[in-house]
Amino acid sequence: MDVMYFAWVRERIGLPKETVQTSAVTVAGLVEELKAREERYAAAFADVSALRVAVDQELSDFDAPLAGVREIAFFPPMTGG
Amino acid sequence: MDIRVQEAAFDAGAVLNAFTASAKNAGAIVSFTGIVRDVDGGLQHMQIEHYPGMTEAALAKIATQASERWSLENVLVIHRYGALAASDQIMMVATASRHRANAFAAADFLMDYLKSRAPFWKKEITKDGAVWVDATDHDEAALKRWD
Repeated sequence: MDVMYFAWVRERIGLPKETVQTSAVTVAGLVEELKAREERYAAAFADVSALRVAVDQELSDFDAPLAGVREIAFFPPMTGG
Repeated sequence: MDIRVQEAAFDAGAVLNAFTASAKNAGAIVSFTGIVRDVDGGLQHMQIEHYPGMTEAALAKIATQASERWSLENVLVIHRYGALAASDQIMMVATASRHRANAFAAADFLMDYLKSRAPFWKKEITKDGAVWVDATDHDEAALKRWD
């Protein structure tokens, strides 16, 4: 699936988008896999309460299932307006 | 319903006149324009990032909710992204309804929701460096008014 990062999450990880092969069942499981990869991921996901997640472009939760999902995005709370 | 996500500046007066002309049965038009502020002085520019695809969908969803809740004749949302300077117009909402109470309430709702439910992120670039603007507890609390 495609994994996208925005704002400071993108800056901390160092890329806007990547394709990830995962065996994780939920978003939280994917986060654990990413954190185990490298320090920059561990730093970006150190406090998931500071992050939001979108599953196929809909705001979602970290316990959301990944079955059939094409695109996951991680970002800080939004600041529009 | 008119949703625009764009980098280019817009002419709020022209947009408002066209919107008013589109809402034939309206007795009330409310508009809000958001302007970039240089809060602490020294702002060189504000960079607005967004999530193409989700942004348009999220704005359409919020506008649809407003239309259904207040029976609007028309609703407009414009939000810019990219590099903006102090005093630039960032965004605009307009609502048209038979009576003013619905137009005011719907515009207020739209602003509360698009501040914290539309995927935009602001970064302030000053002479001292660049800082992402944090969401505030106030932004989140504002949504609870509409539950």
